[in-house]
Amino acid sequence: MDLSGISPVLLLASLIVASTPILLAALGELVVERSGVLNLGVEGMMITGAITGFATAVATGSPALGFLGAAVGGAALSVLFAVLVLWLKSNQVATGLALTLFGLGLASMVGQAYNGIRAPEMGDIAIPLLSDIPVLGPILFRHDWVVYLGVALVAGVWWFLNRSRAGLTLRAVGENHDAAHALGYHVLRLRFLAILFGGACAGLGGAYLSLVRVPQWTEGITAGAGWIALAIVVFASWRPLRLLLGAWLFGGISVLQLNLQAARVPIPVEVLSMAPYLVTILVLVLISSGRGRAALAAPGSLGQPFHASR
Amino acid sequence: MNLNRRTLLASGATAATLATLGLPVRAQEGPLKVGFIYVGPIGDGGWTFQHDQARLAVEEHFGDAVETVYQESVPEGADAERAITQMILGGAKLIFTTSFGFMDATVNVATKFPDVKFEHATGYKRSDNVATYDARFYEGRAVMGTIAGRMTKTNKIGYIGSFPIPENIQGINSAFLHAKKVNPDVEMVVIWAYTWFDPAKEADAAKAMIEQGVDVILQHTDSTAPQAAAQEAGNVFTFGQASDMAAFKPTPRISSIIDNWAPYYINRVQAVLDGSWQSQAFWGGIGEGEVQIGEITEAVPAEVKAEAEALRDRIASKEYHPFTGPINKQDGTPWLAEGQVATDEELAGLNFYVEGLSGDIPS
Repeated sequence: MDLSGISPVLLLASLIVASTPILLAALGELVVERSGVLNLGVEGMMITGAITGFATAVATGSPALGFLGAAVGGAALSVLFAVLVLWLKSNQVATGLALTLFGLGLASMVGQAYNGIRAPEMGDIAIPLLSDIPVLGPILFRHDWVVYLGVALVAGVWWFLNRSRAGLTLRAVGENHDAAHALGYHVLRLRFLAILFGGACAGLGGAYLSLVRVPQWTEGITAGAGWIALAIVVFASWRPLRLLLGAWLFGGISVLQLNLQAARVPIPVEVLSMAPYLVTILVLVLISSGRGRAALAAPGSLGQPFHASR
Repeated sequence: MNLNRRTLLASGATAATLATLGLPVRAQEGPLKVGFIYVGPIGDGGWTFQHDQARLAVEEHFGDAVETVYQESVPEGADAERAITQMILGGAKLIFTTSFGFMDATVNVATKFPDVKFEHATGYKRSDNVATYDARFYEGRAVMGTIAGRMTKTNKIGYIGSFPIPENIQGINSAFLHAKKVNPDVEMVVIWAYTWFDPAKEADAAKAMIEQGVDVILQHTDSTAPQAAAQEAGNVFTFGQASDMAAFKPTPRISSIIDNWAPYYINRVQAVLDGSWQSQAFWGGIGEGEVQIGEITEAVPAEVKAEAEALRDRIASKEYHPFTGPINKQDGTPWLAEGQVATDEELAGLNFYVEGLSGDIPS
């Protein structure tokens, strides 16, 4: 055992990087679920974003355009889901699962030409002054811009949901779509926009894997990250700030367990691998018992199809 | 109308003849269908990619006599049974299941279909219609370990293990023994990823090692993500796993272990076509051409390259066995005496580290 080998600063810095893909994807899904739609296709949209982003970045040589391409790719796939679910009233769970399968297949097909190619590199941006603060600087202020974007998006979504009129409307649609409809809000239009946002965010998360974290295209690159993102939304009880904590916790434990192994800490690997999931269960138990119970409440209309004539 | 009825009768007669003749007629119809069950996607750039290259070699070698089918990313465990069964119902007569975790599924399905031949990679359970085949990856690891021991400056070598099964433990022991032989100060850091293929996790494992001072990484997982992580870090060397991973030449990838399954696959398909197929346990290494050492790049000094190639040639000619005593177990008790060579049975069930390695093998 050699704990001195683990540098807490590097560990926290890599934790933030490791959690960015699931943070982005989960944030998008949070908005979708707050509007009352359950989209289980996060994994499919992520991997579609991973390949469209990668392809765009390779074609243009610009990682920034790559991320734009990823957002467009993820959103495009989510349009398919939106049309099926909102206007054709298909079952949301089944459609979401189908979207995941479709996305995995589509990405693998598009990706055939991109095996073994390298993505253009994206440098880190050290924020002037702030990055020179001892300890905090390397942890928080020496990352690539997508990390900052992720955190900024969390703040933005928090503000949107809690402080803006449009956010209030979105929440109303998610809590009770019939009441919102009666008040004259466009339930389907709002949900459509929320689904688009969710798709774009998932696409960004996927591209973070293929352009920054791995960084290259390999089939099945997301390897279940989309499902973890879905779990984090529940873990966060549909609140953006808790979502940030949840993502860091998940990313942190997965990075920590690898570091502990490398430091030869005699804790069984199985326990370490289980840890993120155990913590999720624990947190769910804690916040769903006693006083915290009300805080867990899922959006009232989550998963229900909306039909204006009813 | 009359004519039609006559044709109908005639075709009925043909069918009856066929039915009495039975199976032989059906067997001569069409090509032999050979199925492949893959654990990862073909595009993994590693393990599954190499199996698929061998499948393509089979197609090219036999032309119209053989038809191949495959399924990618089949989960290890119960669902594999379904995938294998489906392939048999589709007409496959010979099936290669290409991962250790398909062992029980293969054996279970094999008892239900005694007429179908099975080839299971890296396992140890056999029956009349289940053969096993494996490659002596540890021979390649010995060569990698030698290069790693020479190349490390921090004296810390990392090994990303997939699952704590004998195949991985052979690799860890072999790489460590040979690194230690050329560099007595070397330490080895092992991380179990508990996956064959998860690029993000493999990249994280490589990063965790690099942050802790590891500067040469061997991987037993299938994606190229650790190579990319090493490249980003700079001054870290890696080895291609299963496939050459040539995209990362000349650094960080300084050499590789390449799995070459094509000769074996062609051989076994031929045996089925001839009717001479029998269950067996095949374990080929560098000498048989099943394990190949990829190009050692110019990042490696010439004398180290020569040393590694000499070791490779001595292993190929069976002059030297990577597990030759004296070797002690991790707890210091003797395993192999001076000059004694590990038997294949011992290696196939290897479940302990050799002396000098720290940490426990997860059970």
